Amino acid sequence: MIINKNGGVNLGNKKIMSLAFLMLLLISTVLYGCSGGSEEGSEGNGETGGEGESGEEKVLIFGRGGDSVSLDPITVTDGESFKVTKNIFDTLVNFGEQDTEIEPGLASEYTAAEDGLTYTFTLEEGVTFHDGTDFNAEAVVANFDRWAAGDADQFPYYGSMFGGFGDEEGHVIESVEATGDYEVTIKLKRPMAPFLKNLAMSPFGIASPTAIEEQGDAFGDNPVGTGPFKFVEWNRNDTVRIEKFEDYWVEGEPKLDEVVFRAIPDNSGRLNALLAGEIDLADGINPSDAETIESNDDLQLYERPSMNVGYLGLTTTREPFDDPKVRQAMNHAIDRQAIVDAFFEGRGEVAKNPLPPVISGYNDAIEGYDYDPEKAKALLEEAGLGDGFEMELWAMPVPRPYMPDGQKVAEAIQSDLAEVGITAEIVSYEWATYLEKAANGEADAFLLGWTGDNGDADNFLYVLLDQDNIGSNNYTYYENQELHDILIEAQTEVDEEVRNELYAQAQEIIHEDAPWVPLAHSTPLLAGGSNVVNFKPHPTGSDKLAEVDLE
Amino acid sequence: MLHYIGKRLLQLIPVLLGMTFIVFMIIRAIPGDPAQVILGQQASEEAIKALRTTLGLDNPWYIQYFDYLKGLVTGDLGQSLRTRTPVVDEVWPYLAATIELSVFAVIIAIIIGINAGIISAWFQNSWFDYLAMIIALIGVSMPIFFLGLLNQWIFAIELDWLPTSGRMNVRDPIESITGFYIIDTLITGQFDQLSTIMRHLILPGTALATIPMAIIARMTRSSMLEVMRSDYVRTARSKGLRMFWVVYKHALKNAIIPVLTIIGLQMGLLLGGAILTETIFAWPGIGRYIYEAINYRDYPVIQSGILIVAFIFVMINLFVDLLYSLVDPRIKYD
Repeated sequence: MIINKNGGVNLGNKKIMSLAFLMLLLISTVLYGCSGGSEEGSEGNGETGGEGESGEEKVLIFGRGGDSVSLDPITVTDGESFKVTKNIFDTLVNFGEQDTEIEPGLASEYTAAEDGLTYTFTLEEGVTFHDGTDFNAEAVVANFDRWAAGDADQFPYYGSMFGGFGDEEGHVIESVEATGDYEVTIKLKRPMAPFLKNLAMSPFGIASPTAIEEQGDAFGDNPVGTGPFKFVEWNRNDTVRIEKFEDYWVEGEPKLDEVVFRAIPDNSGRLNALLAGEIDLADGINPSDAETIESNDDLQLYERPSMNVGYLGLTTTREPFDDPKVRQAMNHAIDRQAIVDAFFEGRGEVAKNPLPPVISGYNDAIEGYDYDPEKAKALLEEAGLGDGFEMELWAMPVPRPYMPDGQKVAEAIQSDLAEVGITAEIVSYEWATYLEKAANGEADAFLLGWTGDNGDADNFLYVLLDQDNIGSNNYTYYENQELHDILIEAQTEVDEEVRNELYAQAQEIIHEDAPWVPLAHSTPLLAGGSNVVNFKPHPTGSDKLAEVDLE
Repeated sequence: MLHYIGKRLLQLIPVLLGMTFIVFMIIRAIPGDPAQVILGQQASEEAIKALRTTLGLDNPWYIQYFDYLKGLVTGDLGQSLRTRTPVVDEVWPYLAATIELSVFAVIIAIIIGINAGIISAWFQNSWFDYLAMIIALIGVSMPIFFLGLLNQWIFAIELDWLPTSGRMNVRDPIESITGFYIIDTLITGQFDQLSTIMRHLILPGTALATIPMAIIARMTRSSMLEVMRSDYVRTARSKGLRMFWVVYKHALKNAIIPVLTIIGLQMGLLLGGAILTETIFAWPGIGRYIYEAINYRDYPVIQSGILIVAFIFVMINLFVDLLYSLVDPRIKYD
């Protein structure tokens, strides 16, 4: 690099020439790589991935929007982590194939005592973890002990689903004991109706106690469970690779030899990868692409049963939304069907309750507010706002399954509101800011939504609309003592029928008070190659791939 | 020369320090709480408070800033709030991925850009000149994401020549040693894999190269036009020297200085463009690493990620400055 003062010119010349030569060499390499490879490519990567030929390894590539945070399920809250851990870990009880009914899992039998305080689990025998450790009652106890000894920062879901940790008063689990080699008894401090549903959630996958001890903090990078697939490697922001666990305890499963979860952030980019046969399954399909997929013989479209709700929240502490009449007027003023048709491409259901219909306790007897601008005007008149008013309408800045395009939905609402004399100004903030400001009650009306965790009504109604959750997930600051009493009672009611009756009442109260304009329950779309069989998307968003096969 | 390099390196310290400060203040000025984002929508108030304490987020900003600087001095770039892994330990694969892509893109941009510019100047007002400059104009104004998706559609789906995205064929993965897959496949002698890796580079590489290529072409052309009108070029031609040598040897050498400057600056834009390119082509590079960190309010990753990118940028520009004296001996650094 350093130049000799006298010979500078010549030296520089030679260097430039050799540099040019080097570049020429590089180009030719590139060109060679390009032309040489393209032939292989067209042979090797056929239209549908070239999988499933006899004797070949069956590798399924699952394209998704983001990477996992950690593969130790108890430490995370994001869906992309659970998508993977669902296949590495098993839970004591499972959700149904495509619903949230409870079925046996690692526990072949489970019984609850009359008082709803004692649960006894009989465990499957002959199950081993991927590292060879035996699965037994001790292993289950070790997992619960680990979770209970943590804190909200380490194990967020444990705290929020079981009310706390260790000796904390809210912590619902009194004790977890091995009452036999393959029997575990869990005692609760007070009845908790959604207890089994909580246990079926992905974060509560049972991990190998030996591996946890050996790995310590690194367990999230080297997860060991009893699930159908064992962990192979993880290239951050790129791929997670898991392979068939030969000793899986369920006969004949898994069907696939390997699954690769590949992060492709851009929705169109992901669809392109599917079209090119580079991936076999893709989630996060834009509703507008649904028809392209349906008309393509090499592809199939999947609808994930809805477990979410998208809504327009009305902050009940801000004028004029402190008046229930105004909130009802808002409900009448907005044409939800038009919104679902336009922005969910019809792939969604108009919402009338905060609960999605798949969840038990859904009150179908409620008649939703119909689209009726005249009625809305009359209600506004009654509230003394016959001339309308001005408000801010907050539009979500990010697409979510329950709100594919916040900006456009807000625009549709804006024009509906203009019909009845309400002037709405659309505002938006970056996502984290949006949530924080909304939680502070700074919005007049805001678009938001929720995806259920455990498929229980409590996880929607209590979490989103109870006065206990003002400042966190009750963004509307809606407060109703009667509703609160019902929701608290339902939390400890073990009788399913009585419980559903309570939730039916709760939904009536909410309907009447109208803190929300419920908009839609969307069905997230996925697509796969036509050679993918037995893939059944689960409403929770994490899919067990044990029965999935490639033909 | 060495003295000059030393001086320039010393000057970098206040530049980078100022940059850390600005980034630090900006990411804290935007509202949004990392603890809230980490724990998710259902987290309780107490849990969020506890996590803020653990992460040191409840200290005053200047204490947080000085803690961060203290760490930097000892080579500690902080720990990711999201993955709880030190940035130093996890950043390399991302950085390597971006460097591989950027170097590839720069090579394309320089080779095609400079040559297109030279030929345009040489045959000024010819059809080639017009065509090249129209393409360059489109190139400058074409949004990367559009170009990227268009190329995916044409070359990967319709023609099936190239893969749409990613760094390698995930059905037939390679083991990473250095993080640079080209080097990895070379040292392990997997030449069939080398061609796969190269094929994965072409679409994201050209998408990333488009804008710098167009700018380099335009700069080279105007710089060359100026030089070609000068006396010594006329003299060289009247001596009967072949036009090719006049252009490529005599004229280019004087015309290249402003082009070098542009190339150095384009490298910075390239690193910015990498965020978009890496998103569309699912390239696990540092652009996406920082982008995801912004969504998660992962302060240490944002700060240190930008610091690394800025450091590379200023080093490239230092290198370009040194290159001047190599090309033009009249420029000396003492």
